[in-house]
Amino acid sequence: MPRLFSFAVFFATWWIASLLAGDAKLPPPPTVLAAMLAEAKSGALFLNLGVTLARVALAFTLAMTLGAAIGYLMGRVRLADRLGDPWLILLLNLPALVVIVLAYIWAGLTEVAAIAAIAINKLPTAVVTLREGARALDAALDEMATVFALPRGRTFRHVILPQLAPYIAAAARSGLSLVWKIVLVAELLGRPNGVGFEIGVAFQLFDIPLLLAYSLSFAAVVLVIETVLVQPFEARLSRWRPRAA
Amino acid sequence: MRLEVDIASKKFRNAAGEQHDVIAGVAFALDAGEVGVFVGPSGCGKSTMLRILAGLDHDFQGRVVRPAGARIGVVFQEPRLLPWRSVEENVRLVAPLADEAKLSALFEILELGAHRKHFPGELSLGLARRVALARAFAIEPDFLILDEPLASLDDALAVRLRDQIAMLVDGRSVMTLLVTHDVDDAARLGDRLFLLSPRPARVVAELPIRTPRRARDDAEIAAIKSDIMRLINGGLTERDA
Repeated sequence: MPRLFSFAVFFATWWIASLLAGDAKLPPPPTVLAAMLAEAKSGALFLNLGVTLARVALAFTLAMTLGAAIGYLMGRVRLADRLGDPWLILLLNLPALVVIVLAYIWAGLTEVAAIAAIAINKLPTAVVTLREGARALDAALDEMATVFALPRGRTFRHVILPQLAPYIAAAARSGLSLVWKIVLVAELLGRPNGVGFEIGVAFQLFDIPLLLAYSLSFAAVVLVIETVLVQPFEARLSRWRPRAA
Repeated sequence: MRLEVDIASKKFRNAAGEQHDVIAGVAFALDAGEVGVFVGPSGCGKSTMLRILAGLDHDFQGRVVRPAGARIGVVFQEPRLLPWRSVEENVRLVAPLADEAKLSALFEILELGAHRKHFPGELSLGLARRVALARAFAIEPDFLILDEPLASLDDALAVRLRDQIAMLVDGRSVMTLLVTHDVDDAARLGDRLFLLSPRPARVVAELPIRTPRRARDDAEIAAIKSDIMRLINGGLTERDA
């Protein structure tokens, strides 16, 4: 119910704002909805959303897997931390635009370049979060696993992974939002399809209803994925806590 | 099955870089079926010694010979359960081969039957301690290490738990090391008592108890306790002199 109320407030504010600002700058909800339906009918909406989602999924998986592995290593092994730290700081502070442009220059305007550029942008935040998680691992539980001679695989699955879970969830959450943002820039700059490309086209034609139609469809997809996938996952991970925070 | 220990010294460097002697000389041997009890003041280095014996700390001068291939069960001072696994999962994790009948019997003895599905966060400290005991016994250890398993429990519960420990130890005749600062626990559970000095720890006196655990009556316990007190005080005056 509170969520529904939130949506209602959002649409009401939008509608009122469009009345105040005028149709040309901010079209009201029905106009945008019509643009959305037109795109949906032609199939372009779903094609572009699908292409963008596929890029997000690939880049996200790539960055999470690599980032988690590197972060865990850096948190556990001092030498790895010292070797990796300068690179990490460089990557963390490198503007997304630089990475994307360089990727397109060096690897061409290809799918690989786009996905790699998005993944590289997300990678350092995953590394930093997982490194913190690995540093915060409970030494007392490690000792328990050692004393009881638990095999490595069991230790990892039952002792280490549950401790890293909140960090993985945090990295996934913040990383996903970063990927959502960057994927559109990458598409705008060098892909012939996807939500970012369509928004670029709408911007050049100054077609604000189309622009909003794509933006909002995209936002809706993000919301659905967050509610259907990310939040239940987080809830499952923390079900052992007597009272989830 | 025999444990031989000769720790000449153990030093510990704190965060400020100062070096402390924690253990100054602890040598003893323990045979299968024996319960060795270490009695000493708080902070005398007992837990450090147990960590060395459990194979968690290799940075010391001396020698520890553990029986080859011995299964070690440890009850740490804090229960050290996995908060994200239920009571039963915590036990099964370290003892994947334990069969249901044995596990049920163990839970029965420790009065944990009703708590199998609970998470450690839902348990009182006394219950969590019992889960830690169940975990250590579930692997059917050859060598059992108990670090103050009865500390900070109320008296009635401590007495019950002590009887349960005695029952489990006698039932399996494991080589057991118990660390405590409670003279009563030592007198009731031990076969051989080792009295430790304040930090840095060394064995001040060794006191064998010949009467089997079950046969000790109150008079006997009182006698053992007064022996211990006399040795502790004697050891201290000897040190002071």
